[in-house]
Amino acid sequence: MKAFQFSRADSAAGAVRSVAANPRAMFLGGGTNLVDLMKLGVERPDELVDITRLPFDRVHLDADGTVRIGANVRNSDLAAHPAVRTGLPVLSQALLAGASGQLRNMATVGGNLLQRTRCVYFQDVTKPCNKRRPGSGCPARTGQHRNLAVLGGSETCIATHPSDMAVALAALGAQVAVTGPDGDRGIPLEELHRLPGELPDQDTTLRHGELITGVAVPALPFAERSAYRKVRDRASYAFAVASVAAALDVHDGLVRDVRLAFGAVAPKPWRAHIAEDALRGRPATAAGFRAAVEAELAAAVALRDNGFKIPLISNITVGLLQDLAGARS
Amino acid sequence: MSVTATRAVGSALGRIEGPAKVTGAAKYAGEQDDIQDVAYVWPVQSTIAKGRIRHIDDAPIRDRPQVLAVLTPDNAPHLQPLADAELAVLQTRNVAYRGQIVAAVVAQTLETAREAAEQLQIEYDEEAHDVELTQDHQSLYKPEHVNPSFPTDTEQGEVDHALATAAFSVDHTYETPALHNNPMEPHATLAIWHGDELTLYDSNQGAYSVQQTLAQLFDLDPAAVHVMSQHVGGGFGSKGTARVNAVLAAMSARLVRRPVKLALHRHHQFAVVGYRTPTIQRIKLGADADGRLTAISHDVVEQTSTLMEFAEQTAIATRIMYAAPNRRTTHRLARLDMPTPRWMRAPGECPGMYALESAMDELAIECDLDPLELRIRNEPARDPESGKPWSSRSLVECLRDGADRFGWAGRDPRPAVRYDGSWLVGTGVAASTYPAYAGPATAAARAERDGTFVVRITASDIGTGARTALTQIAADALRVGTDVVRVDIGDSAFGQANIAGGSMGTASWGWAVTKACTELREEVGRHGEIPVDGIEVHADTSAEIEARTGYKFQGFGAQFAEARVNVDTGEVRVPRLLGVFGVGRVINSRTARSQLIGGMTMGLSMALHEEGVLDPAFGDYVNHDLAEYHVASCADVTDIAAHWVDEQDDHVNPMGSKGIGEIGIVGTAAAVANAVHHATGVRVRDLPIRLDKLLGRLPTRTG
Ligand SMILES: Cc1cc2nc3c(=O)[nH]c(=O)nc-3n(C[C@H](O)[C@H](O)[C@H](O)COP(=O)(O)OP(=O)(O)OC[C@H]3O[C@@H](n4cnc5c(N)ncnc54)[C@H](O)[C@@H]3O)c2cc1C
Repeated sequence: MKAFQFSRADSAAGAVRSVAANPRAMFLGGGTNLVDLMKLGVERPDELVDITRLPFDRVHLDADGTVRIGANVRNSDLAAHPAVRTGLPVLSQALLAGASGQLRNMATVGGNLLQRTRCVYFQDVTKPCNKRRPGSGCPARTGQHRNLAVLGGSETCIATHPSDMAVALAALGAQVAVTGPDGDRGIPLEELHRLPGELPDQDTTLRHGELITGVAVPALPFAERSAYRKVRDRASYAFAVASVAAALDVHDGLVRDVRLAFGAVAPKPWRAHIAEDALRGRPATAAGFRAAVEAELAAAVALRDNGFKIPLISNITVGLLQDLAGARS
Repeated sequence: MSVTATRAVGSALGRIEGPAKVTGAAKYAGEQDDIQDVAYVWPVQSTIAKGRIRHIDDAPIRDRPQVLAVLTPDNAPHLQPLADAELAVLQTRNVAYRGQIVAAVVAQTLETAREAAEQLQIEYDEEAHDVELTQDHQSLYKPEHVNPSFPTDTEQGEVDHALATAAFSVDHTYETPALHNNPMEPHATLAIWHGDELTLYDSNQGAYSVQQTLAQLFDLDPAAVHVMSQHVGGGFGSKGTARVNAVLAAMSARLVRRPVKLALHRHHQFAVVGYRTPTIQRIKLGADADGRLTAISHDVVEQTSTLMEFAEQTAIATRIMYAAPNRRTTHRLARLDMPTPRWMRAPGECPGMYALESAMDELAIECDLDPLELRIRNEPARDPESGKPWSSRSLVECLRDGADRFGWAGRDPRPAVRYDGSWLVGTGVAASTYPAYAGPATAAARAERDGTFVVRITASDIGTGARTALTQIAADALRVGTDVVRVDIGDSAFGQANIAGGSMGTASWGWAVTKACTELREEVGRHGEIPVDGIEVHADTSAEIEARTGYKFQGFGAQFAEARVNVDTGEVRVPRLLGVFGVGRVINSRTARSQLIGGMTMGLSMALHEEGVLDPAFGDYVNHDLAEYHVASCADVTDIAAHWVDEQDDHVNPMGSKGIGEIGIVGTAAAVANAVHHATGVRVRDLPIRLDKLLGRLPTRTG
């Protein structure tokens, strides 16, 4: 591991100042992803600014129903928070489906959003990877890509974003609060992560030195009717091979409103707008659900080994929507 | 042979070193914190699969503060060549596989060593590599024998004719992937030289064998090499013999003249310590109208490396499982530019029985027979291969007892008809087997004047409970309580003993301990009173082991699995796994159950999860950590139970015991695969049974 400076920030402004001043400085949250990547030589910061003492460790329910989540709230605390468990079950379920108890105790909301892909080539510095070393190539296209993207990838990169939590937040239309060298701004969660295109090394739209301070989940009247379904290769402690976050509002047999996002199929949490649009105002039937999901997946591109994700996402989404519609016991 | 009367043996004595382990007081190889001035070595692995090192540029790191040495093939100490060519660390510029150790950095701190190692610039002349095992690989050849010394091929009768004329037959090919041992404690060594004497704290399955190997490599008298392995955090075969960690640590320590420690990283474990070879196995079975086997044929294709031969004995269990007049087994190896495969829990039996017991299930369906009944009908009265009588064989009892416990009776054989919501439910059975080997060993037993006893033997407790079982055996042979007996193990100074491998540890060491303790008891009896400096006797079981013939010594078992498969996703869950084993006398019911359940868990893991994923372009297993190489998690293992039948065996050894370390993993994957087939009607013939192999082949839901 490369030697690095370590400091503990006592103000957000100070943290931003330190990181902004050094192009090779990084914020340190729970460290469960960053420290691993440093050991692998994938990240080589020469300065770490620990932000976990900053006061972004609360979950607050506003009068208008907005849930404000501090960036430093630990994943396990967020999952257990009463307002989340009852008001946003999809978020609680997504968190609890991720990693392990020990990791969730360390992992922060900010760090979880910014965790990097688990693509095996990205994690191995002895191999090419366009995300790690732009222009070096992508061995995954012909190599091991069983768990890589079928939506939103590009010629240069088919990495998937591995977070479960972010999929739930994408479905819920969350807003990310950021403070940086140029002041504060809000970013819709959907716009936090970017598709690789020609710049696969840039995971997000954040600028260097920008600090996530929290996430706001706007009030959604039917969020209580939401759920997360994750499929993985073992019963616990594995990243998703496909997941879906959904909230559904059915009235008189018709879909009044719906929120839908897919995980483990794209370089970002994939908000399924096409499917949502196809569902609104239509009958809440299995056939309707299936047609809507298939419309969303029409753009999917399968490689040799990851095509199974397409029917898989379709099946679990239809199943989950049926459950939420009360059609399946 | 008379089997010793027991008091301690058979009880559930808790692990003697348990409290030390859970409090952290037990020191493993890498934890000898009383040794001063330790330096660290970090290996550099090749990034090509085949070729030659052209140039190593150590200039940028050589003079860094804290860097003590950069080892390369150009300056590494010379080693004596051995049959185990993997141990010829840094003896050539040639590269035989990706991940092979090609250099190493020794530094005052681990961090410096690792960082410098990663900065080392190596240029290669790369050659085209060949890393993919196929059924008709151009390099396939017939080895002289398969491990350790079984015939490569066997043939009795007219197999092809019998198959052609059989009333029922099956002919299928089954595949198992590369599997990685992944003990909790990675391979680790602390090496210390005093002049020409070498001391190693090493994580291994046999300190005596490591001592002999290191002495040969460094051209020393074995007495000049001292290997200590008090506590070992698992090995599953991968620590069966000395590995590169011991060699590299010893080389480095010699070069920098101070103690050097090496604890391999999990990534290293996927290249340099061995793995289970992938296998491609074609099985043909023929049966008459009553379901009696007329022909058994088992052809195995597997891999070895270009460095040395490793020939897994995959078909040997097929040679002894069932009666059939016409039988054939073959093994062929492909020499690939890959690391050398090595032993992994039940090498041979484990992959072989997945194939055979899957094929038996397929045959049962062909014959319209209950799979249990098919096995019972083909029970051989004697070992079909050697014609020897069994010292004991309880397969039929295990099948029947297991069937009762599991609730097998009345099973509807139809596949894909039982739904529980979105889940298809099925059950499967398979047989298990593992030889009851024993090897010669030496032991010393001492009676102290204060009424206590000390036994010394170079046994190895790799987490199995060997230390505890040997204490029970010693106490019974001495006819005293376990509280006055101390068994010292894991030290090459105690003399020759076999490794913890081949499920023969307790049998072999227990035999020597029984002999030493029995003689000591007699000696003490003759003395009447114990003199001030105690009484010590030494025992060697070479003669007894030599005389151990006339029978086929083999354990058997039956495993039952329930599988649930989600029709929407292909997810597989195994809510119930039950095994019943005939393994002679069980010495410690607690540690034995843990071994059997552990084996079954690993078998479940093999069935559903484990797979070294090869990237043919690079020639390595790309999922080289425990986040990507999945082993079963607790949530995958819900209701798992191991039982044993009462099996008295007066021939096998003085304890009447058979090995239990490996039999638990044998057959499990077939039981699960058979249950998945019963649940879904889909037969997966290449492990692991991943959801994407099922999805798209599952019935569409009706219920
Ligand atoms: C074995 C294993 C299994 C896992 N399984 C799952 C799983 O199934 N599902 C899942 O979703 N996740 C899983 N994870 C990932 C885990 O959720 C993430 O590692 C964790 O959420 C990261 O949070 P952290 O606080 O530790 O981030 P860190 O490692 O501290 O940081 C991650 C990144 O975010 C940046 N950062 C952190 N906080 C901020 C901030 N406030 N503002 C700006 N930048 C910031 C850091 O600079 C760094 O680049 C697993 C991890 C492991 C090791």
